[in-house]
Amino acid sequence: MSMILNMENDYQRFQKIIKGKIKENLRKYISNGEMIGRKGKDLVSIPLPQVDIPKFRFGNNGQGGVGQGEGEPGTPLGPGEGEEGAGQAGNEPGQHIREVELTLEELAEILGEELELPNIEPKGKKEIVATKDRYSGISRVGPESLRHFKRTFREALKRQVISGQFDIDKPKIVPIRDDFRYRSWKTITHPESNAVIIYMMDVSGSMWDEQKEIVRLETFWIDTWLRYQYKGLVTRYIIHDAQAQEVDRETFFTVRENGGTVISSAYELCNQIIESDYSPEEWNIYAFHFSDGDNWSREDNKHCAELLQSEILPKVNLFGYGQVDSTYGSGEFIDFLDEHLGDQENLILSYIPDKDAIYDSIKDFLGKGK
Amino acid sequence: MVVTQEDILAIQPEIEEYAREYGLDFFPVIFELVDYDTMNRLAAYGGFPVRYPHWRFGMEYDQLSKGYRYGLQKIYEMVINTNPCYAYLQEANGLVDQKLVMAHVYAHCDFFKNNFYFSHTNRKMIDEMANHAARIRRYMDLYGVDTVENFIDTCLSLENLIDYHSPYIKRRSNQNGKPQPASQRPVVKKLRSKKYMEKYINPPEFIEMQIKEYEKKMKTQKKYPPSPERDVLLFLMENAPLENWQYDVLGIIREEAYYFAPQAMTKIMNEGWATYWHSTIMTEKALHPSEVIDYAEHHSGTVANHPGRLNPYRIGVMLFKDIEDRWNKGKFGKDYEECDDLREKKNWDKKLGLGRQKIFEVRKLYNDVTFIDTFLTEDFCREHKLFSFAYNRETKRYEIESREFKKIKQRLLQSLTNLGQPVILVMDANYGNRGELYLKHQFESVELDLGYATDTLQNLFTIWKRPVHIETVLEEKGTILTFDGQDFKKQTIED
Repeated sequence: MSMILNMENDYQRFQKIIKGKIKENLRKYISNGEMIGRKGKDLVSIPLPQVDIPKFRFGNNGQGGVGQGEGEPGTPLGPGEGEEGAGQAGNEPGQHIREVELTLEELAEILGEELELPNIEPKGKKEIVATKDRYSGISRVGPESLRHFKRTFREALKRQVISGQFDIDKPKIVPIRDDFRYRSWKTITHPESNAVIIYMMDVSGSMWDEQKEIVRLETFWIDTWLRYQYKGLVTRYIIHDAQAQEVDRETFFTVRENGGTVISSAYELCNQIIESDYSPEEWNIYAFHFSDGDNWSREDNKHCAELLQSEILPKVNLFGYGQVDSTYGSGEFIDFLDEHLGDQENLILSYIPDKDAIYDSIKDFLGKGK
Repeated sequence: MVVTQEDILAIQPEIEEYAREYGLDFFPVIFELVDYDTMNRLAAYGGFPVRYPHWRFGMEYDQLSKGYRYGLQKIYEMVINTNPCYAYLQEANGLVDQKLVMAHVYAHCDFFKNNFYFSHTNRKMIDEMANHAARIRRYMDLYGVDTVENFIDTCLSLENLIDYHSPYIKRRSNQNGKPQPASQRPVVKKLRSKKYMEKYINPPEFIEMQIKEYEKKMKTQKKYPPSPERDVLLFLMENAPLENWQYDVLGIIREEAYYFAPQAMTKIMNEGWATYWHSTIMTEKALHPSEVIDYAEHHSGTVANHPGRLNPYRIGVMLFKDIEDRWNKGKFGKDYEECDDLREKKNWDKKLGLGRQKIFEVRKLYNDVTFIDTFLTEDFCREHKLFSFAYNRETKRYEIESREFKKIKQRLLQSLTNLGQPVILVMDANYGNRGELYLKHQFESVELDLGYATDTLQNLFTIWKRPVHIETVLEEKGTILTFDGQDFKKQTIED
């Protein structure tokens, strides 16, 4: 019997349905951190409600069955055991939620389609070409330091076996010139557009966990999108209260300070990082700042505006400022920026009062195709 | 060691011969070696190389592939109920695995051929499935892939609403196995007559009168169908306003549901039977001394007892062995049942040697429900540590409920009756004299899953095109769930 098994179509249609479901629910996923916890290196696992075909069937509770093993009446069964306990086809309660795995790339694609995000045109016509040496081949000549012992041994063994010099009782392998093998490399060049994101967050006493959660979600989606657009993406993290310092990702989301808020300290540090590490000609630079907008003084507001206008904005592709709801402050910074720098094309301001606003905020930040 | 197709062909006659010697009676078996990916595809398609296009096959394939990749499951073999019988063997199986699996396959095939519940299945189902696929592809060309696939979704949502026993009982006189569209149904039954006697035996005026009367009755009759219908799909085919292609698609889904039903109805027995025979053939005949360890490992995996779960392979084979033992020793009948002396009962042995004969008879006549009902004994439950479990609403977890024989048997039968699915009947196709469809869930003790029920009602509406209702019990109160095309309504029945 010839195997036909035209599974590809069915599989693709299933994938399409899943993606459709994710799209449908994207707003929920975006404002819901659940997914981030399930992120692996390249995959996210997404809990998807019911993709199966509904049927009249028994509900979960009240359903019992028969099992086998030790235990007294009242002994609890392990998690999930009861579900399959009845052991009969067509009787599988409790699978309303299905885990679907997507690559981050696919997720970004869906995000892009649903939010209608334009693809980013990398800055500068000049292409940055990266070269890399890859040890991918084997050759017969080369420096001794690159000699491939195993291959050499194998060649010698082969030759000795074929020519009858190999004695199984006295297995002695002596390579001759012809047997030597060396690792060889190829130089691979590929055009690369590098990008860096500098995240800044206000960690002063007035930023609560809820606000930080919003920032965490925002950064996840921004990361996902920009990583999809740029192959080499670097992220840097700055926290600030009255002073700014660079931290790692872990610290960025967990640390908590009690001091006041001097926003310019973060902008200065951000500028320094750009100056020293990322020349604007070679890098696509993104900076995002999240705060509750409760700056120390009006003077500092002005200082920030100057820094942005003369130093940062000319260097970056995009500067995003996201303002979360202030617990007890005035939250005036966003208005101040709007008033003074509202006409700057690569400055985007977004007000994010709650988790539901994240969806639109992402659209604000990334919708310009910068 | 890689086992090739040639190796399989070489050992096949040996295993087949053993199986025959033991009295197994099977269709010719064709073995095919397949890699794990092909096996997963086949399994997703229910064992058939060609099925109609539908996304759920892709979903099952996805699940199976993931299960395989994470090392959670591996399918050793797959065998389909056809004549000749096709059996697929996983090519990564070792030689001992292959021998075992082949013995297993012969027993499955014997079961397909001889068990009563398979007697009405189409043994040329490979062709029929391919035929279905071709028809559905043609409809997709004509009406669009999405339209047809969506309609299939709707039909599949109702595919379990069939009468699992109808192939074996004549419930309606005009049924003839195949449904007939409403318009072609003969209204008046004529008596048989020779041609020249026709107008005397079936006078045209009388026939005319009958038709008129019938039509009048149909018009005034409030209740249709006259008695509750269990084959909801058939009822829909005959009475719902369907396009021709929809009628055909619904028929295809129904036919395939009936084809697969006996496998679900005999899972415990079928697996038990196959396991019984692979262990018998292997240990008594086919196993070389050097292969014992490999065999033991595979076999113990097959019959492993996962705590808290019932392994159909295990319970089935244990029961068959128990039956064989009881009939060998004569542990049945009035004398045995009425014996009060436990020691005497334990040592009971009349040396009848009827065991083999009995299990062959059992595999011919029983299904899982009758099998458990007849042969599950108190001693067996005790010996094999069976328990019943239930969901405890207070602690919100599944707990061992009881070790009492009666309770265990009741739970087990409950999970097997109607394949562990709710029994649903068509009560009235003209509910409220408005052409609305009224179904009834025959409530036993377990409630319907409300979320699924509402979604299914919507699908039912898609087919019936008038409001649909289902009567059931929710939170211990009689309830009618209604979907009228837009809104969903839940209404408690007042006594």
